[in-house]
Parts: sequence; structure tokens; C-alpha cells
Amino acid sequence: MMSREEVISDKMDWVTVALYIAIVFLGLLNIYAVTYDRESDISIFNLTINSGRQLLFIAGAFVIIMAILIIDMRFYETFAYIIYGLVLFLLLLVPIIGKEVGGNKAWLGIGSFGVQPSEFAKFATALAVGKYIGSVGFRMDRIRNQAILFVLIGAPMVLILLQKDTGTALVFTAFTVVFFREGMSPFLIIAGIIGAIIFVLTLMVNQYYLYTAVGMILVISILMGRKKLKRIALLTLGAIAICGIIISVDYVVSDVLKPHQQNRIKALINPDADPLGFGWNVTQSKIAIGSGGLLGKGFLQGTQTKFNFVPEQSTDFIFCTIGEEHGWVGSLVTMALFVGLLLRIIFLAERQKNRFAHVYGYSVACIFFFHFAVNIGMTIGLFPVIGIPLPFFSYGGSGLWGFTILLFILLKLDVHRMQVLQRI
Amino acid sequence: MNEGRKEIIQITFVLVGVIFLIKLFFIQVVDDRYAQLADSNAILREVDYPVRGLIKDRNGKLIVYNTPEFDLLIIHKEVKGFDSTRFCEVFAMTPADLRLKFNELKAKREYSPVKPTIFLTQLSTLDFAKIQDNIDEFQGFYIQARTTRAYREHAAANAIGYVSEISKDRLSRDKTGIYKQGDYIGQSGIEAYYEEYLRGQRGVRFKYRNVDGVEKGSFRNGAIDTLSIPGQDIISTIDLDLQSYGEYLLKGKSGSIIAIEPSTGEVLAMISGPSYDPTLLTGRHYSSNFVLISNDTNKPLFNRPLMAQYRPGSIFKIAQAMVALQEGVITEQTRIRCDRSIIDCHGPHSNEDLRGAITHSCNPYFHGVLRRMLNQGVSTNTFDDTRAGLAEWSKHISSFGFGARLGIDLPNEKGGLVPDPAYYDRAYGGRPWKFSNIYSIAIGEGENLVVPLQMANFAATIANKGFYITPHLVKAIGATGKPLPQFLEKHYTTIDSSYFRVAADAMEKVVEEGTGQYRAKLKDVIVCGKTGSVQNEPRPDHSVFIAFAPKNNPKIAVSVYVEFSGQGARAAASIASLMIEKYLYGATKRPQIEAYVLRGEFLN
Repeated sequence: MMSREEVISDKMDWVTVALYIAIVFLGLLNIYAVTYDRESDISIFNLTINSGRQLLFIAGAFVIIMAILIIDMRFYETFAYIIYGLVLFLLLLVPIIGKEVGGNKAWLGIGSFGVQPSEFAKFATALAVGKYIGSVGFRMDRIRNQAILFVLIGAPMVLILLQKDTGTALVFTAFTVVFFREGMSPFLIIAGIIGAIIFVLTLMVNQYYLYTAVGMILVISILMGRKKLKRIALLTLGAIAICGIIISVDYVVSDVLKPHQQNRIKALINPDADPLGFGWNVTQSKIAIGSGGLLGKGFLQGTQTKFNFVPEQSTDFIFCTIGEEHGWVGSLVTMALFVGLLLRIIFLAERQKNRFAHVYGYSVACIFFFHFAVNIGMTIGLFPVIGIPLPFFSYGGSGLWGFTILLFILLKLDVHRMQVLQRI
Repeated sequence: MNEGRKEIIQITFVLVGVIFLIKLFFIQVVDDRYAQLADSNAILREVDYPVRGLIKDRNGKLIVYNTPEFDLLIIHKEVKGFDSTRFCEVFAMTPADLRLKFNELKAKREYSPVKPTIFLTQLSTLDFAKIQDNIDEFQGFYIQARTTRAYREHAAANAIGYVSEISKDRLSRDKTGIYKQGDYIGQSGIEAYYEEYLRGQRGVRFKYRNVDGVEKGSFRNGAIDTLSIPGQDIISTIDLDLQSYGEYLLKGKSGSIIAIEPSTGEVLAMISGPSYDPTLLTGRHYSSNFVLISNDTNKPLFNRPLMAQYRPGSIFKIAQAMVALQEGVITEQTRIRCDRSIIDCHGPHSNEDLRGAITHSCNPYFHGVLRRMLNQGVSTNTFDDTRAGLAEWSKHISSFGFGARLGIDLPNEKGGLVPDPAYYDRAYGGRPWKFSNIYSIAIGEGENLVVPLQMANFAATIANKGFYITPHLVKAIGATGKPLPQFLEKHYTTIDSSYFRVAADAMEKVVEEGTGQYRAKLKDVIVCGKTGSVQNEPRPDHSVFIAFAPKNNPKIAVSVYVEFSGQGARAAASIASLMIEKYLYGATKRPQIEAYVLRGEFLN
């Protein structure tokens, strides 16, 4: 019989590992580039700057990887609900005993060391969702089962919203794509997308034009098709629903959303409206990225990301550094690495033999995708500013560890994918 | 059941990546607006102002130099945690002053909360050390060092000119692109005329700055920085001692004194009275002082030597004499009866030859000379004859440098007037005119107009026996050691040099035994001069005198105008001779004449 190490190294998906290492390494270099000061010339390893601390976090991530690989693969499925429950408990604790960092009470402190339970809620929820969908007797077409799925992702969402961390809470909407993959009707996603389009249109176009447009589409579709009462009634109902959304958007934007959230949406629609105020982040971010040109200004040669013009440079706006210092070519490489990783995760998920691992794989892919799309989208002004990190790139221990756990549990499951068959 | 859903998800992932890349391609590669915005964000363009050239006198004495001056700038938006008590302490001001300063700041036209605006000007050099040590405490405040003009002797204000902030109007006319708003520029005198040599060339340093405006080292290690090049020093032709002495003599009077070295055309002194203290137009109180000076009814900014146009008076008789000799209408021996029924005269004389007529400034004599000059009988029609004579006369007179700007190296020079036939045609509106209409030009009255500088140049021309070099105030620019090329060129008159000897002899006699003998005569040197009294009915005459000395190998030529001071033999002759004495001997030994001039009671 072969030793465990040999088994792991033989069956490990080294492509994913290589992509992971490449992204983490590039992230570290860019965090160094942000903190680099041409006058003091501090080493990348200096622990007083972010890049030095990130190096410690990376070391921690390797310990976590080892632990994940050593732990028996059955542990993750078996203890999925317990892990999920534990993380929910921690999330509950945060508003009570958590400490406040940067306006958000999202941290649990252990001495001087703090972690964000919300970062770990992602993999815990992925495990629980995987286990539930993979459980015997689960049927996607049953409303009760669907409802439980939404409770599973809804619970951490609500608890994270209580911490006022809207960005991380929104990440859990990514699970709807997983549900879609596992057979849920696409209606929900389509409705969500249409809702979002109407939402944005309402902000950009005068409401009365929208009402007129909806009315015209209604009349045309009634005239075009068969003139059955039921069909006409349904279409009319749909049109009234859309008008209802339009009315409620105005209410939501001006009454429900907090001023800083309103401004983020306004900045997306028209960043030039107040470039020194709420448009500052997006404007400066675009200036930094846009000034990179085709080849960029060169490593450590950036000016916008170095001199604090872009806020949150080493965390949420880390992509600006790549854009500025490495230009469009750097952007291309980064996109290729992320899209490559995402496609590779789907490939891994698809080759899993049991449903738990399959769902878990898709959960990982969708969570990464959501982070990737929203993070880069906001830096180039395609999405509103939602403070979520770029996986493996952004500075921060909890984030890096959370994403590492997500990815390497999948790799661990992948190593033993044949074993699962034997078990059954 | 879930056919194709995997592919939908895969396509979505790839599609989002591609959309991002397309959007990135537009903002990074296609649109270069962002690169410019980034530069204006992070790159600070710091101008290195050059040091303006110095101005020295002909003996190497400093006339104008630079002193450092410090302004306190404010970027209002950057002011954070402002401690007003501490600020008042460091800048030695009261809280009320400070409040006033802030109110003034916001009222300024150029005020902008994000741009540096001047908050306090001209911090004293003494306080500066203390301020510099503490400036870091006040976020949003910056010190800007400049140099300002300073003067050793408070003399030659109008000749030197002044330097002040460039006007909006001037800036819009500037096509060189050298000047920016807030720059200083020479506004008059040498400072204006030699601006391009004095100003030097500014340098630019590019520096990184962070979002708080804090400097973060040089851009590209200074590869594209340029150093400022200091302005060139200028050696003036002015003799500062003579200049100061002339101002001392002219104090309390209106008029001008110009002294020229005849052989070179170098202006030794150029005094305009009344004048002003040049230090008033530097530094903190420039604006308020400028208003005071420019509204002064005595017009201290009016540079009389170049800008005041007078009738030349009797001095013109010398020019008349030379023109007539050249034309052959008289000889030195020609005698003309002093017929005071034609034109008034003065002094006891009746039938003089040319020298006598000049010595006694005989009006009827020169009336006769001009009649012969203008009516030479080239035509039987007296109108045509006069026209031909006047054209000839005008040509000769103009060759002395009258009737047009000489081209001195100062702005705002006036040209005077030498009437020619075309002028009288215009003046008489096409009606015919003849000698009897225009004879008053014979004695330097009538339509003739000269500026004092032209009269000094005339004296220099006689001293040179027939040529002049355009008067100028700068003998060397920078390292070249040379004046501008046009100031090396000799301009010859249309008169033979032998006739200049006649003129010089006559002028010697004027001082020796004629109208100038009491006050213009010097003991050891032959002074040649001519008095003039320019009529200003009903006010007193202008007192005029031109002179040069010594007669052989002249060193100095002078013209003096003292307004409303009566006969030329009094105020002007006294001042001219004192100037000559001062220049030739370094000091004057005739206290009674000096006292007479300083007392200034020339009409009694």
C-alpha cells in the first residue's frame, strides 16, 4: 500500500495549484507595489508593511492547506452541518463581542489577532448546501427543498447584513447559479437580472418615459399574439408589476438605502457628477487603471496607486495597481489567470462522482466568480462600489484563508473522487 | 434535465472576462485622457524662478539688485486642524489681523480653495527663520521664495524703470508663452527695454506628490528637469554720482537734465523732475504706492527727458546757422541789422555778424537768415520758392535727429516735430502759405517741437563736429561686454564739419562773453553753450541750456530744461555748468551757484 503523501501528490490537480500559486504570488507583488515608497525603499519582507504581513498570511495558508489535505475527506461531508452551525454561531457572536474595524463590526478578536467569520461563512455554506443537495431524497423540483436551500444561504446573509457588510452578504446570491446548475428553474436568475436592469434604467431615465415604454410594449405584445383573455391578463399583470418595481426603486433609493449606498449607485451612473466626493473612488480608480496604457508604467513605477489617490488600494482596489503598473497586458494576464481558474474549477466540479462534491465545486466557482466580477467591475466603473476583495490578490488574512479553504477542500475532494465510488 | 447549463455557466465566465478586457482596452489603450489626469494628479510642476540680472552703473556701482522675499501661500482645502492661536504666535499677528486676512483671502479674485493663493506677502527676512521652523505645524500653508528688486541709491527711477506683476492685458498679448499669470516683468525704463536679457530663463522641476500634496521625490530622477538660467547683468552708461547730483539739483523743480558722452552716445545722467523713490514700487505696498504715484498731479512717472515735447527756443539758432552756411545763403561774415520792428530782441547790439548774432541770440538776424534760406529764388512764385526752401531746410534739420524718435533704449520716447511742406499744407487746409506765415520757426518757436533728449543729442553732435551715436543707457549686456549693435553706429548730419567749428566757436563765445557768461563759465575748461528761453505766455518761460565741454575733445554734452523758470541763462545754465563741473572734476567748487540753484528763485 502506498503512503498518503504519494497518493495526494499523484492525484492532486497541479494545474489548479499552479494557478493558485501564481495568483497569490502576483497578489503579494502588487501589495508590495502599493506600499512601496521610493524614498524609504523598504523590503518586501518587512513585517511593518502590508506585503510582509501578507507573506505571513500566505505561510498560514500553507499550514491550512496541509491540514485540509491531511484531514480525512469524509470529514467535510460528515461535519458539513456542524461546521455550518458553528460559523453561524460565530456570526451571531460578532455583533455582541466583535470589535469594530473601519466602521464595520465584522471582526472577532483573539488577543491582538482578528478574524472575520464572514469570510469562513462562505465555505461553510458551500459545504452545507452541497450536503443538502447531495442528501438522499433531495429533489430540486420540490418547493420545500428549494425553501430550505434559500434558508441555508439566507441565514448567513442576514447575520452578515446585521454586521453592515452588504458586500459580503451579496456574495451569497452567487449560490443561485449553483441551484440553477443543479436543476432549479432559471426564472429566478432571469427575474433578478431584469429587476436589476429596470433598477438601473429607473436611475438613468425619467420614470414617465419608462411607463410609456412599458405601456407600448404591453400594447404591441397584446396585438401581436392570440387575443385570449388569460394571456392579456397575464401580460397586463406583468406590466403592472414592472411599473411597481419602477415606483419602488425610487422609494428604495431615497428611503431604504443609506446615503453612502445611494452615492455608490449615483457614482456608477455618473461618476463625473461629483468627482471629488462620492465619485472619488471610481474616478481615481479609473484614472489609475487608465493611465497604465498598453504596457503599464512598470513594476513599482505607479503614481496613482502609490500616493494614496486610490482608496483601499491594497484590499478592494488592488486591481488598480495591476492596471497602472502593468497596463492592458497585465490586465490580460490577470483575466486569463482568473478565468482559467474558474474554468478549471468547473472542470473539477464536473468530474466529481458524488453530488456533494459536485455542488461544492460549483459553489466554489460561483463564489470566486462573484468576487472576481464585482471587484474588477467596480474598479473599472461597471458595477457600483461594493467592498469585496479580489480572491487571493487582495491584502488580508481572513480573506486569503477563507478562499484557500474553499479551494483546497475542493482539491482534497478531487484527490479522492475515485474513493467515493468505492465507498458506494 | 440540466443539459447545456454547464456550458451556459462557462460561457458567462468567459464572457465577463472578455467584457472586462474590452472595457479595459478602451480606458487603458484607446483613451489617453486618464494618463493626463494621472499626471496632473501625481506630478507637481515646480517652477524654478531665475534670478533677474543686476544693473550696475558705468563705474561698476550697483544700481539695482535682488533681495529675497518670502510669501506665505495657502491651499484652503488642505488646511486641517488649524491652530489659530499658535499661528498668530508664529506669524506675530493678532487674532483680528488673522480674521481680516481670511476675509481678504476669500474676497480675492484669483481665490480658489484647491489652488495655492497668497495669504501673506513679503514676510520679513528676520521672522523667516522662525516661520520656516514651524511651517510644518500648519497644514495647507506653504512658503514661496521670490526675489524682489532693491536699489542702492534711490536714483534714476524713470531711467531704470520698475518691475511688477504682469498685467492680464499684457499676458494676453504675449505670444512667446514665457509668461504666466503672477510673473513679474519689467514695466518701464531699462527694466522693460532689456527685459529679455534681464529675466533669464526659468527652470522646471517635476516632482511626485501624493494625494495630500506631499512631495515624494523627483520624477524620473530629474531627467527632464531644467535648471533656471540667471538673467544677464547689465552695465548701464549712467554715472550714479552724476545722476544723484543732478537729482539733487533738480529737486523741487519740473524739468529734465540729460548728459551724454558725445564720442559714444552713452547717457551719463538722465534726470526727470519730479521723480519718485524707486523703492516705493517694489514689495508689499506696490499697488497702493503705484496709485499714489500715478495720480500725483506732478506726474512723477512722466519721463520728461523722452516724453516732454517743448519748442526748442533760441538754441535752435545754432542749427539754423549751420543749415544756412551749408546752403550757402550766408557766410560767417554776413551781417544783418537787428531790426526790432520785425521781431522783438534783447540786449545792446545792432548789426552783428553770425558769431555775434549767436552770442547775443539776435532774433531779427535769424529771421533774416531763414528768409534767405527759404526764399532762395529757385522759383519766381514765392509760394513754390518757400516750399522748395522749406523742404531743403527740413531735410537738414531732421539730419540732426530732430522730428523723429532717436531710438534710445527706453520705452515711450516721443519724436518731436520738424515741419515740412506737407505739414503746413495740412495745417493751412490747402490754403497757400509763405515765409511770412511760418517765420517763427526761425528762432525755435512756432511749430517746432523737440524733446530734451534730442537737444542733448544736438549738443553731442556739435561736440562731435557732425555726427552722433544714438543715445543709450546700456553699455554692456551680460558677458558680451557690448551694447546693442545699433548703439555703435555713427549718424552723420548733412552739414559739413567745418560749419560745426563755426557753431562751436559761437557757443564758446556765448559762455565767454554772451548770455551765458555769468553762470556757465568754468575756470579751467572751455565750455561751449547756448541759452534758450521758451515762451509760455502767460506763464514764465522755460529755461533751457545746452552745452558741451571741454571745447577740444569734449567729454560731456548736456541739455537742461527747467520749466517756468525764465531765462535760460539762469536756472538751466547754472545746472548745466554744475553738471559739467561735477563730471569733469568729481566735485563742484562754486557753492554760490549751487546755492542759487537749490534756492530755486530764478524769476527775481
